[in-house]
Amino acid sequence: MTIQAERPELSFSQTHLLGTEGLSIQDINALLDLSDTYVDQNRRVDKKSAVLRGRTQINLFFEASTRTQSSFELAGKRLGADVMNMSVSTSAIKKGETLIDTAVTLNAMRPDLLVVRHPDSGAVALLAQKVDCGVVNAGDGSHEHPTQALLDALTIRRRLGKIEGLRIAICGDILHSRVARSNIHLLTTLGASVRVIAPPTLMPGGIEKLGAKAFTSMREGLEGCDVVMMLRLQLERMTGSFIPSTREYFHLYGLDYEKLAHAKPDALVMHPGPMNRGVEIDSLVADDVDRSLIREQVEMGVAVRMAVLDALSRHLPNS
Amino acid sequence: MSTAFINARLIDPASNLDAPGAVLVENGQIMDFGAHLFAQGVPSGIETVDCGGHILAPGLIDMRVFTGEPGEEHRESLASASEAAAAGGVTTFVVMPNTQPIIDDAALVDFISRRARDTARVNVQIMAALTKGLDGHEMTEIGLLSEAGAVAFTDGTKAVMDAQLLRRALTYSKLFNALIVQHTEDPSLAAAGVMNEGDLSTRLGLPGIPTEAETIIVERDLRLVELTGGRYHASQISCVETLDVIRQAKREGLPVTCGVSADHLSLNETDIGEYRTFLKLSPPLRTEPDRCAMIDGLADGTIDVVVSGHDPQAPDTKRRPFEQAAHGAVGLETLLPVILERVHNEELPLTQALAAVTCRPADILGLPAGRLAAGAPADIVLIDINKPWVVDAAALKSKSKNTAHEDRRFQGRAVKTIVGGKIVFEE
Repeated sequence: MTIQAERPELSFSQTHLLGTEGLSIQDINALLDLSDTYVDQNRRVDKKSAVLRGRTQINLFFEASTRTQSSFELAGKRLGADVMNMSVSTSAIKKGETLIDTAVTLNAMRPDLLVVRHPDSGAVALLAQKVDCGVVNAGDGSHEHPTQALLDALTIRRRLGKIEGLRIAICGDILHSRVARSNIHLLTTLGASVRVIAPPTLMPGGIEKLGAKAFTSMREGLEGCDVVMMLRLQLERMTGSFIPSTREYFHLYGLDYEKLAHAKPDALVMHPGPMNRGVEIDSLVADDVDRSLIREQVEMGVAVRMAVLDALSRHLPNS
Repeated sequence: MSTAFINARLIDPASNLDAPGAVLVENGQIMDFGAHLFAQGVPSGIETVDCGGHILAPGLIDMRVFTGEPGEEHRESLASASEAAAAGGVTTFVVMPNTQPIIDDAALVDFISRRARDTARVNVQIMAALTKGLDGHEMTEIGLLSEAGAVAFTDGTKAVMDAQLLRRALTYSKLFNALIVQHTEDPSLAAAGVMNEGDLSTRLGLPGIPTEAETIIVERDLRLVELTGGRYHASQISCVETLDVIRQAKREGLPVTCGVSADHLSLNETDIGEYRTFLKLSPPLRTEPDRCAMIDGLADGTIDVVVSGHDPQAPDTKRRPFEQAAHGAVGLETLLPVILERVHNEELPLTQALAAVTCRPADILGLPAGRLAAGAPADIVLIDINKPWVVDAAALKSKSKNTAHEDRRFQGRAVKTIVGGKIVFEE
């Protein structure tokens, strides 16, 4: 098979990618190394390969998403898979029923890869129990968003050459953030020292048990940081009052040059998007080509997702 | 009609009896019991049951059971719950008012009593609603409901938040010496929470419920008990802070009692693992130190009773993402095994452990059962304390299979259950 022969060697132990918690260093590095090759592929004129030719990939999104969904769609298509997007609108009560029923229905259509986003923590793992294909968690509630953490790690590794030994701050709405949790697990596994910075009402209890050091002051938390990751304030997940106003939030936690000055002089700025400009990040910082990696993150996202889809497909039956 | 239960190890927690002997049952009542009985053999004409040296104890009384009758019989009927009870050595269970319709009217208490009499294999007692429609605003007819047979008053799965209303209920209930039972969880503090708040909820990305949601309600309620002198029972406590508060209140002599669920005695939050919805309970499973504190609380008498909290849920409400799934687990068949596990683990002596499911709930509810005594109802259970068995969800008698102890290995269970002198379960 010429198609198989073209593929670089890869050892990846997981049949699903449900989270970064518990992923081994070997698995992470295997994905990041493979991602590097897909960055090259994506920069060519002919961006298409046949790694997933004949495979069916379904993107099942129970929560609105533009970036992640299009990134996964592009990733699948560039690998030659047939990609179908399904957006399931969810009424609050029927969510769970829809999930299991949809899983069983979709499984009967024999997809090879299922990319799932769901507003409830643990929902993707539940769905993975009901299907026979490879499942990628594209974000479940406040739990995990593993491909975001992988693309963040790839972005940092390509810019700074390594992850180990770096001091990285994750700032903002830690309580509701699956990106924060996935990044804490992944970056600490790779040997970075991770800090989380949030107002006390958006700092989840016991976060330090996950391996991050917690700060409530931007100035103290950013001290000596190589990378500053900003998070989106998830106003849609907030019931009740967590912060008095976005104005006060920006004053205390919004990343501007004044606050950024407390990090290392050449510290890099990241954001998983979509940004609330003027809420968690100042536009000048976000658009600073020397400091901001935000656009690279988006580019790396496609490559990382190609690597993940490729890696999982190797566990699928081949004949 | 007489039956002799001979060759037994008699345990009566009420009198702290633990001795070999026999029990004579006549017309549904215990006539006599003790070592002296049938020492010379059983006279002819009396049916004889050889207990094989196993424990013969009062049948269990479970103060917190949900069924789906009326309204949701697909989850559980009084009949199916009673099968589960009989298999678990439970001879009396108390149903909660959270049904459709809600048990907030004397006619409905009467309805449940008649349905239980006609369909159930064990005794069923009824806790009526404390507020009409369980809406927390208007007191039910405590007098009429008591006369109809309600043994206590509760809003079941909801805390009565209106302090003025609770004050009046505690005051008015004294007229009937009625018991007010509170579900101790502040809904505004628990909010969208679905499990214990802590590093595990953070890791799983699930909203947490702080222990303070429970302790705050108990602390407030105890002030009202002090003010009114009404009888108050905290249905299920779950954390060390609440335990301390109740311990202090008992020291001050307040008329307060409390319970804990068997699940909270044997499981902690880490058993939730990867989002196991059968372990989504209310109150939530807490930490290991909390679990150990519950056992200490039983040992020192701060906690009076152990309940199953039996709450059957159909698969469609449990096979969901954790946040969407219903609360509750079935427990009638695992209540006694969990109690016996405490004994095997040398955490509690046998008589004391059994007191929490026999004479103590009987005393709180004013029932004549729960003890080996001449004239008491012949509600008794034969227990093989060493019998090893594995929980097979599919084999449970309950209509719903949502057990928190699936595949768990237990040592000891009921092998015969006798209600009103009749054998209703036999292994």
